[in-house]
Amino acid sequence: MRTAAWLYLILAFGFIYLPVGALVLFSFQDGTLPVPPFNGPSLKWYAEVLSDGDVTDALLHSLLVATGSSAVAVLLGFLAAYGLARHVLPGSAVMRVMLIAPLTVSYLIVGLGLLIVLNRIGVGLSLMTAGIGHVVINLPLAFAIIYASMGAQHENAERAARDLGASEAKVVILVTAPMLAPAIAAAFFLSVTLSWDEFIIAFLLTRFDITLPVEIWSMLRSGLSPRLNAIGSVVFLISVTAVLLLEFTVLRRRRS
Amino acid sequence: MSAATGRRRGWGFVAPALIWTLAFFIVPFLVMGAMSFATLEGRSLIWGLHLDNYVEVVTRAYLWRAILVSLEITLTVTVVSVILAYPLAAIIAFRVPPQWQRLVLLLAILPFWTSYVVRSYAWLLVLAREGLVNQTLMNIGLIAEPITLANTRFATVTGFVHFFVMLLTLTIYANLVQLSPNYRRAAMDLGANAFQTFRHVILPLTLPGIATGAFLTFVLCIGDYVTPQVLGGNNELTMPQVIMVQLGRRADFPLASALAIVMMAIVTLAYLASARWLRLDRV
Repeated sequence: MRTAAWLYLILAFGFIYLPVGALVLFSFQDGTLPVPPFNGPSLKWYAEVLSDGDVTDALLHSLLVATGSSAVAVLLGFLAAYGLARHVLPGSAVMRVMLIAPLTVSYLIVGLGLLIVLNRIGVGLSLMTAGIGHVVINLPLAFAIIYASMGAQHENAERAARDLGASEAKVVILVTAPMLAPAIAAAFFLSVTLSWDEFIIAFLLTRFDITLPVEIWSMLRSGLSPRLNAIGSVVFLISVTAVLLLEFTVLRRRRS
Repeated sequence: MSAATGRRRGWGFVAPALIWTLAFFIVPFLVMGAMSFATLEGRSLIWGLHLDNYVEVVTRAYLWRAILVSLEITLTVTVVSVILAYPLAAIIAFRVPPQWQRLVLLLAILPFWTSYVVRSYAWLLVLAREGLVNQTLMNIGLIAEPITLANTRFATVTGFVHFFVMLLTLTIYANLVQLSPNYRRAAMDLGANAFQTFRHVILPLTLPGIATGAFLTFVLCIGDYVTPQVLGGNNELTMPQVIMVQLGRRADFPLASALAIVMMAIVTLAYLASARWLRLDRV
């Protein structure tokens, strides 16, 4: 029984890491095909990728869209969470449902709806429109994460600040926001990770300037190549870094 | 401050997020709904209450077949993923020493954070004609000729299962560690063996968690375009692929909208069918 359990664990990890392993290993391939036998290691594909203007442009675009849209999503989500947690508003249940609603719909449908509207009103597609779409999908998460950590224990500190003469804006900026810093950071990192990887909305809502997943998509058409392995490994490394940062800073601090 | 000014301030805080959601999600969604009842004549769009697009969805074989293909793939993926993920989550929750559990779990779902596009490409590396699996099998002499793995439904399902096993391991693990060990002890004390304890105690208690994870799998799987497009090829098309075909080659927004509405209707039906087991507040 015990050996069977460990065997299953090892097999499961083998399955989970098989594609990622192949991706990273053959990014160091010294040849033109990322398939066995492995010759290498060689860093030439990384050098080629990092000197390719299209790829580095797309990488910068992705970072821009990810950080920009996450900042907007977290700001809007934080304000809405504060408004709904600290004020008694008629229809607050309806508003909460409305803010969460985009989570229940697939990204393809979010992108399709926006594409139709932008098309009708004649707005050109750009990194900005992709960013708008990413705010739509990340706002519910940011709101939910921050709203969930707006416990009543923070309310006393806010009341004290108000009694001492702080304006509402000062209370929010100097008292509430710092107390919620872990939740705000968690929401921001999660948004960045999701936006950084997101493909279908970016694909539908960009045209000339594109993000990295869209650039990778267009390179996929020419089939297997160690260049794609190198780019994919870089993308994976950046995502993993964001996740580990989140795990070892924000979440760890929150639990202790 | 008076209740009225407090309320006005409260509105001020919520308004930006509400307006954003309204302008960029709810209005586009309604326009898409209206678009599904519009029709194309040549290249000009005619609004109205036409049912042409929905009639087309049920009468054109390649459209309703896409619905069937999507349903078959999604159901297969959901069932296989739950069956594979449950033991993994249970081993992490019950066999791995507590102080290592968080690390093992983190490692087990790390590739979850790879982008969809990259993950599908990575499976292509493994399953391609010259790929890892074929080369390995030929080297050890199990097969003489490469077998076709990529561009099949098998490849699509494998790519999906890989992703959802990680997701489900996370949700099922979260469920298992919430269970008090007393349930297991009580069952054992009353003479149940390990299997009976699992079958009659642990499994029923974790069913809501499984249902929630399975529903999440269903929703995310049926709406994904990338995995079937990269791994399944064009032998059989799923609903998202058919929607993208309407958008790309033909710019037929009305038909694409109708297909999207049908896809949403299917997800809603799946929700209603599983609603009594679902505890979405537990996610």
